[in-house]
Amino acid sequence: MVSSGADARGMIKRRAGVKLWLSAGWLAVVVLAALLAPWIAPKDPLMQDLFLGRMPPAWVAGAEPGYWLGTDSLGRDVFSRILHGARIALTVAVVAGGITCLVGATLGLMAGFLRGWVDVVISRLIDIWMAFPPVLFSILLVAVLGPGLHSIIIAIVVIDWTRFARVVRAEAMGQGAMDYVASAQVAGRGRLSTMLTEILPNVLPTIIVLLTLEMGIAVIVEAILSFVNLSISTDAPTWGGMIAEGRTSVHQAWWVLVFPLITLFLTVLAFSQLGEGLKDRFDPVLR
Amino acid sequence: MSFLQVNGLKARLKGVGHPLLRDVSLSVAAGEVRGLVGESGAGKSMIGKAVLGILPRAVEISGGEILLDGADLQRLSARERRVRIGASCALIPQDPLTALNPSRRIAPQITDRLVDILGWNRARALSRARDLLAEVHIPDPDRVLRAYPHELSGGMRQRILIASAFAAEPKLIVADEPTTALDVTVQKQVLKLIAEMQARHGTALLFVTHDLGVVSKVCDRLTVLYGGMVVEDTDVRSFFAGPAHAYSRALLAATPKYTDPDASLTPVPEAVIRAVQAEVAAADRRVAHG
Repeated sequence: MVSSGADARGMIKRRAGVKLWLSAGWLAVVVLAALLAPWIAPKDPLMQDLFLGRMPPAWVAGAEPGYWLGTDSLGRDVFSRILHGARIALTVAVVAGGITCLVGATLGLMAGFLRGWVDVVISRLIDIWMAFPPVLFSILLVAVLGPGLHSIIIAIVVIDWTRFARVVRAEAMGQGAMDYVASAQVAGRGRLSTMLTEILPNVLPTIIVLLTLEMGIAVIVEAILSFVNLSISTDAPTWGGMIAEGRTSVHQAWWVLVFPLITLFLTVLAFSQLGEGLKDRFDPVLR
Repeated sequence: MSFLQVNGLKARLKGVGHPLLRDVSLSVAAGEVRGLVGESGAGKSMIGKAVLGILPRAVEISGGEILLDGADLQRLSARERRVRIGASCALIPQDPLTALNPSRRIAPQITDRLVDILGWNRARALSRARDLLAEVHIPDPDRVLRAYPHELSGGMRQRILIASAFAAEPKLIVADEPTTALDVTVQKQVLKLIAEMQARHGTALLFVTHDLGVVSKVCDRLTVLYGGMVVEDTDVRSFFAGPAHAYSRALLAATPKYTDPDASLTPVPEAVIRAVQAEVAAADRRVAHG
């Protein structure tokens, strides 16, 4: 069967639509959970009840009513902790992802379009940066900065800006060679103005995809740092901290590990799919 | 006094020092159409780019001067140069497919320069853009102004680029092989359009091309280049009556005849190429010895 260009375009658009709505839907649920956690969480996420330790989820025999996803070894409600954990996860995703994007994309854009010594300095910096093993680097950074939300965010920005800078630089270089950039310069546009009006709109789809990917990565990095006990504080409800705790008792109480893990997995997946979907929507050729 | 006067312009590859332009002099009077012809690599586009201040990073001007309306561009600061070029020059680029920004609508791509150069407000610029599109025979200008480049055909985009080049009433337009990327039927229309717009606006044109057929249709004078050196500078009528230089004669003889599609192509004879290369080498030696 021969399909025309319009059909193929329609297919991409429809598929992008499903991807976009599913991932946006899940993220909307996570955002609502984060915003409303203090009101909708059935229990206090920090409240311990040693008589109710390791209670299974509601549909398993021996469950305690009111604890839908069971309790951990200290008797804290898993569901409430996941809801509260969403606050930290999303804060890290948005703030760390956003700042990383801003720093990395700006440097990448400058290096790729202005070239010359600016490019030399930034590119060398990227090369040096990328030679550090990222996880060790982040653990080291948080160890130095001390635990806390701000140090996690700083660690993510410091490590991941190269991800944006490299890709945006390459894209900006490609765009810079186009005739419309030459035309803008003949028309007397300044370098900065050309960069913002001619180059930026064309690398924006890429930046958006990278940003959503980065948000997912930020959630994972936060989880990794919680896992090695370098996140906020030991009893604060974070998904990574829950996974770390659940790991030690996975044979007796699988739910303590599995539910935060599923939430984390779905959220990271939703971020990356959202990026793909948005890119298709933003691309003027596919629009 | 010519509007554009290029005197002894030399350009070379940065670092390597390989010469790209060897002592090029030419002039374009106000309202005149000057053709710039030569083979690939003869430096014809390079001259256009040097005039517009958009030489690639790897190329540097190593001598000579470019006088635009009497002012030596090399002596101006980067900012002054940009403003001066922007106010009086425009470019019709070679490939209409990469010459419009794919993520912006057509309207701002035309009106930007009216706002930047002439300081008009958006509404006035937009109505001027609409008139310009009508002037280059684009039906339904309002729809086209709202469109993205990918929604338009190559010929349509080249018309838009022509309209946009004439928008701020520049004194000089550099047309860098404006018909090369188009198919033959569209080429003819676009050529006619450029000639028509040039005549109506009285704009000087530096027309870079490798097609002598195009030169015969639109140009007043022409410069033949080989290896970044001027081989011949003459008016079009006497060139087609009989070129002075052996290389020009061979180039003219090598032009395919559309009237006889079965005739075999005539290459430029080897001996002529060797002779002109020897001339280039001799010019380089003269430079080397002072």
